[in-house]
Amino acid sequence: MDQDSHQQPELRVYLRVWLWLFVLSVFSYLVDISGLEGLPKWGLITLFMLLKAGLIVAFFMHMAWERLSIIYTVLLPPAALLFLAVLMALEANYTLISRLSLFTS
Amino acid sequence: MANPHPGRPMSPVEMTRSAPQEGMAGLVSDWSAERRVFDISWGKAMMWLFILSDVFIFACFLVGYMVLRMSTVDPWPDASEVFALTIAGQSIPLLLIAIMTFILISSSGTMALAVKYGYANNRRLTAVLLLVTAALGATFVGMQAFEWAMLIGEGVRPWENPWGAAQFGAVFFLITGFHGTHVTIGVIFIVIMAVKVMRGSLEKSRPGFLTGRKGNYGMIESLGLYWHFVDLVWVFIFAFFYLW
Repeated sequence: MDQDSHQQPELRVYLRVWLWLFVLSVFSYLVDISGLEGLPKWGLITLFMLLKAGLIVAFFMHMAWERLSIIYTVLLPPAALLFLAVLMALEANYTLISRLSLFTS
Repeated sequence: MANPHPGRPMSPVEMTRSAPQEGMAGLVSDWSAERRVFDISWGKAMMWLFILSDVFIFACFLVGYMVLRMSTVDPWPDASEVFALTIAGQSIPLLLIAIMTFILISSSGTMALAVKYGYANNRRLTAVLLLVTAALGATFVGMQAFEWAMLIGEGVRPWENPWGAAQFGAVFFLITGFHGTHVTIGVIFIVIMAVKVMRGSLEKSRPGFLTGRKGNYGMIESLGLYWHFVDLVWVFIFAFFYLW
């Protein structure tokens, strides 16, 4: 737990994460050019996005080696953003319906 | 128990404190033990809190983008075609964006290694890795400027574009512009840090000229957190704005 000399992960951990980030980026690019549509496309894009984000936070940002107190402080508040996104999606849907029924001829 | 704060003597509380507990019990004791909660340097804790606030800013932009895209009655421009590059007469979708993504991921990798070799007191390698990171970041910003120039040339404005929903330009310039600003600031600070590493300011704990803070290799880790965060934001922009 020493702050400035805590043990650093081995080189191959970084290289492996690096490689996986490349592979996942290629996968998400392939999803785009494969012509997949609808739920499979969005599902895969979101899956690869979350995997990449998880790898970066856990290993590059060293979150995997931190104590729970800092992990929860950083990772729990953004959960509120999901709530914001849901509320705003409902609102956007309402705006769209209003526009379609009132402002288009 | 090892001194948790090198550079100053342990307080009596710290000396009587047993090794930190793990898991949930550790979480409770961290928050309730009448000492500072986070067992990391203050610079790193503050960087994490700054990143948390920045997460909310970028998330608000992305949620705003979602609202605009969901509520418009005009078709949203197809990113695959808008950002296609024509090479040797062939249109390749999202080519520039894909290259930018790989460049930013690579810069994150070199930054992570810079942090590692900084703690290993390998001055030369740390400085080289930092400079490579800065060069990759500058390349990214350069490609983004090229992309902006290309789109502006095709008639994209914050209030109109040739392909569909007028809100596209506003969202594009705001989100990529704000991200590009973050990258630019990161590049400047990484170059400054590389200079500090090269002249040995971190190794010899020399005070910085602006804040007077004594140099240490933890500074590279805090800067690294910022840089990885910039990469992290790009992961979300890439998925939501370019691929979705």
